[in-house]
Amino acid sequence: MTGAWALMAWPVIVPLLGAVLALLVGRDGVRIVAGVASIVTLVAVAVLAWKVATVGALHQDIGGWGAPLGIGWRADGLAVLMMLTVALVGSLISVNALDHLGNREDREYLPLWLFVWCALNALVMSADAFNLYVTLELTTLGAVALIVVRRDLPGLEAGLRYLLFALPGSLCYLLGISLLYGAYAALDMGLLAQRVQPGPVTWTAAALVTVGLCLKTPLFPLHVWLPPTYGGAPTPVTALLSALISKGSYYVLFRMWLEVFAPVLDAEVGQFLGVLGAAAVLWGSLLALSQSKLKQVVAYSSVAQIGYMFLVFPMATSGARSGAIYLVVSHAAAKASMFVAVGNIHQAVGITELGGVQGLAYRMPFTFLAMALGGISLIGIPPSGGFIAKWYLLNAAIQTHQWWWGGVLLVGSLLAAAYVFRILRGSFLPLPPGVEVRSIPLGNELAPLALALIALVLGLVPWFPLDLLAVGAAR
Amino acid sequence: MRGTWLPVWVLLSSLLPGLVIFLLPQDQRRTRTTLNLAAAVTKLGLTLFMAWGVFRGRHYETRLPFLPNADLVLRADTFSLLFILLSAVLWFVTTIYAVGYLEGTEHLSRFFGFFSLCVASTMGIALAGNLLTFFLFYEMLTLSTYPLVIHKGTPDALRAGNVYLRYTLTGATLLLAGVVLLYVLAGAVEFTERGALWGAVEHRTGLQVAFVLMIAGLGVKAALVPLHGWLPVAMVAPAPVSALLHAVAVVKAGAFGITRVIYDVYGVYLVHDLGVMRPLAVVAGITILYGSLRALQQGDLKRRLAYSTVSQVAYIVVGVSIFGTVSTIGGLVHLVHQGVMKITLFFCAGNFAEELHVHRVKDLRGVGRRMPLTMGAFTIAALGMIGIPPVAGFITKWYLGIGALEAKEPWLVGVLLMSSLLNAGYFLPILYAAWFQAPQQDWKPNPRRWEIGLSLLLPTLTTAALSLAMGLFAGWEFSPLSWTKLITEREFRP
Repeated sequence: MTGAWALMAWPVIVPLLGAVLALLVGRDGVRIVAGVASIVTLVAVAVLAWKVATVGALHQDIGGWGAPLGIGWRADGLAVLMMLTVALVGSLISVNALDHLGNREDREYLPLWLFVWCALNALVMSADAFNLYVTLELTTLGAVALIVVRRDLPGLEAGLRYLLFALPGSLCYLLGISLLYGAYAALDMGLLAQRVQPGPVTWTAAALVTVGLCLKTPLFPLHVWLPPTYGGAPTPVTALLSALISKGSYYVLFRMWLEVFAPVLDAEVGQFLGVLGAAAVLWGSLLALSQSKLKQVVAYSSVAQIGYMFLVFPMATSGARSGAIYLVVSHAAAKASMFVAVGNIHQAVGITELGGVQGLAYRMPFTFLAMALGGISLIGIPPSGGFIAKWYLLNAAIQTHQWWWGGVLLVGSLLAAAYVFRILRGSFLPLPPGVEVRSIPLGNELAPLALALIALVLGLVPWFPLDLLAVGAAR
Repeated sequence: MRGTWLPVWVLLSSLLPGLVIFLLPQDQRRTRTTLNLAAAVTKLGLTLFMAWGVFRGRHYETRLPFLPNADLVLRADTFSLLFILLSAVLWFVTTIYAVGYLEGTEHLSRFFGFFSLCVASTMGIALAGNLLTFFLFYEMLTLSTYPLVIHKGTPDALRAGNVYLRYTLTGATLLLAGVVLLYVLAGAVEFTERGALWGAVEHRTGLQVAFVLMIAGLGVKAALVPLHGWLPVAMVAPAPVSALLHAVAVVKAGAFGITRVIYDVYGVYLVHDLGVMRPLAVVAGITILYGSLRALQQGDLKRRLAYSTVSQVAYIVVGVSIFGTVSTIGGLVHLVHQGVMKITLFFCAGNFAEELHVHRVKDLRGVGRRMPLTMGAFTIAALGMIGIPPVAGFITKWYLGIGALEAKEPWLVGVLLMSSLLNAGYFLPILYAAWFQAPQQDWKPNPRRWEIGLSLLLPTLTTAALSLAMGLFAGWEFSPLSWTKLITEREFRP
């Protein structure tokens, strides 16, 4: 058992130690410390994933506090898949981030990122509802600190706005699980799932938990904070927010709903979430289509993509779960790639308008290739992870005779095609005279490409993540 | 080389060179051309080898794990080889043509990179062993042709690209809906001769809906009216691209897919039974007439040829959507015949534009005196399109006509006759003007030995000769006609 414990502890402890150490070493050593910590964490996550894939899901109580009260960790296929995503996508974003931020911001960005990484790893392994709350809070606090890392006015406003929406979200969630604990004397997810009964307490708790997490994720119509926040944060931080941090609260909702609440709630409640998700897909896409700023197009696209993920709740088949999680993972890679590419464009020409990309395909081929591949995944065109997700969700929609969700998916992908190609096609025009394109380091051009290639590979060898996802999954 | 991996090698023979070409700097002209030609020759060799194997009864299949309930399957059967051989041969000549045509222009690495990806996608479409695999490559084709359509980077080209994407992505969406519906109804259906859906016949309505969705999706690329709108607009692309789009890759991918769905997914008996075949034949019949009528109105040569494509591809669809062996042979063989003849016409149009800057039909007067070889090639192909023996097009129309009578669909004979009249109406005046009228302007005599560069002339003459040969030697054991007879026999074997 201690072996399992160590395997699960390393991915949490190493980034935490790295964060502390990076804060202490000062200006010169921060990159080295962060680099070493990142590599060790990557290895630790990979080892854990390999163990889970070959041996099966791991479970561990911490500090002698067993169920029903206590703090439990669980590493199943879903959890390690999320950890792998965070590790790969987060590291690539951070490689790119270094050049976008100044020296001083580096010193703060890197430790903060390691801290968020630690919190996310602990979050996805949490096996009890309260521990989920704590790790979610840690993620939120880390995120706020990251948003304001540049200490400029847009960043500060964005950070404050994020905090203002995330805190009520957390409070709602905390209230919800307090109700659950009061009624069923359990916090462990497995025990809760056994004990939860239909009734007013459960309904209220479910409503509070759902509203809180939807606010943080965010789901339409609670998404109003997202575009301005994503717009105001430094671009690499926006990439982290959209690709990984927003997935933390979605992950909690996914676990709570599909493992605890769904069996005791009426099907209509799932339908209601589905309707909101569908509205998010359509509204988010339409708004993305009408934006004039590059970064805002990509930001509104997140509203739409998060909407797809909520279609799992009305369908709730194992295929739909695979589809939703596949979307979480491939959206993380694809959207991170697009945000990082947007950052590169901004760095190279200093233009934030959509028209600013004119002619850049020739000057920044890798950045635009990344943008194109990421866009393909967002649209859901093969070969890409987005396509696999769409395939599963469509299958589930038809299997459960709810073809309208399929219709939403298809219309959504056409709208996505419209806004993605709106970005891309301008880049093929000749470069307008008088535009100076600053050269950016090759590493910065390659980071978004590597992210986009992850989304591509997810579409080429989907059996690997899907097999992993099946390990320890509740049937 | 293990036989089971041969389909993958065929695919990679254009995919890998394509990826390398992307990375070549613009000024590496010689390397790029060598790589292009080497890849085209390799592919031709591999496909001929594979064709020989299939002819002798060998099976080539590669199966890769993909999704839990659906593999990626690449498989060579007689029908895929028909399409592959057509693509391999025409890719080879088009590569030579494109190298000559685009010489000295910008962004060549990008062009030839996507060009190769486009051919690789076509190979994938041809080799796909089930609907999922087919869909993957069908979408890849859309993505790899888009940069070719907008290659010139002018606002016009970008607008055409928008229209192209709007149509093809909507089509792909419908196709995907149909494919998923079919997967839910019948599981991972693989392409099998005579169809594989007998197990799912109880879902009659579901099967009909899936059929309509898929045919509508495929019909966009096959340019069935009213889904054809992208095709004339996409004419802004450079001539070799138009040639490729019209003769090989895009429209044929649509027609090929429709055939696959009818014969190898549903099976012709089931489609007939579901009552969805006749409506499709009627739509195709309307497309034949509409395309020809619109072609008649076009003053721009390439646009006229484009509408002619709309009409001619529908011949394939009409042939495969009439119940009976003879018409099926006619439809399938037209896949090849139309390809070779139409690519000739586009090469000629490109030659006129390149050498004499002639784009309008009315400016073609007397062009036969200045460019007799090109005009000769044009004449052969145009006569073939009208259906005059012994050019390949005649064989098609003969089989389609007999097939229509055999299937008791006499209205179709009327459509074919009308269409031939209209074909004559838009091609014969060109031929007359080009050969028998005096030029309206003095074209400078060409200082070179030939009327135009050899890399533009030779492909044109080659495909013109092929159009003639496929008609003259239609009875030969390895002619496209004999090959389609072999396919049809297998599809209809009870």
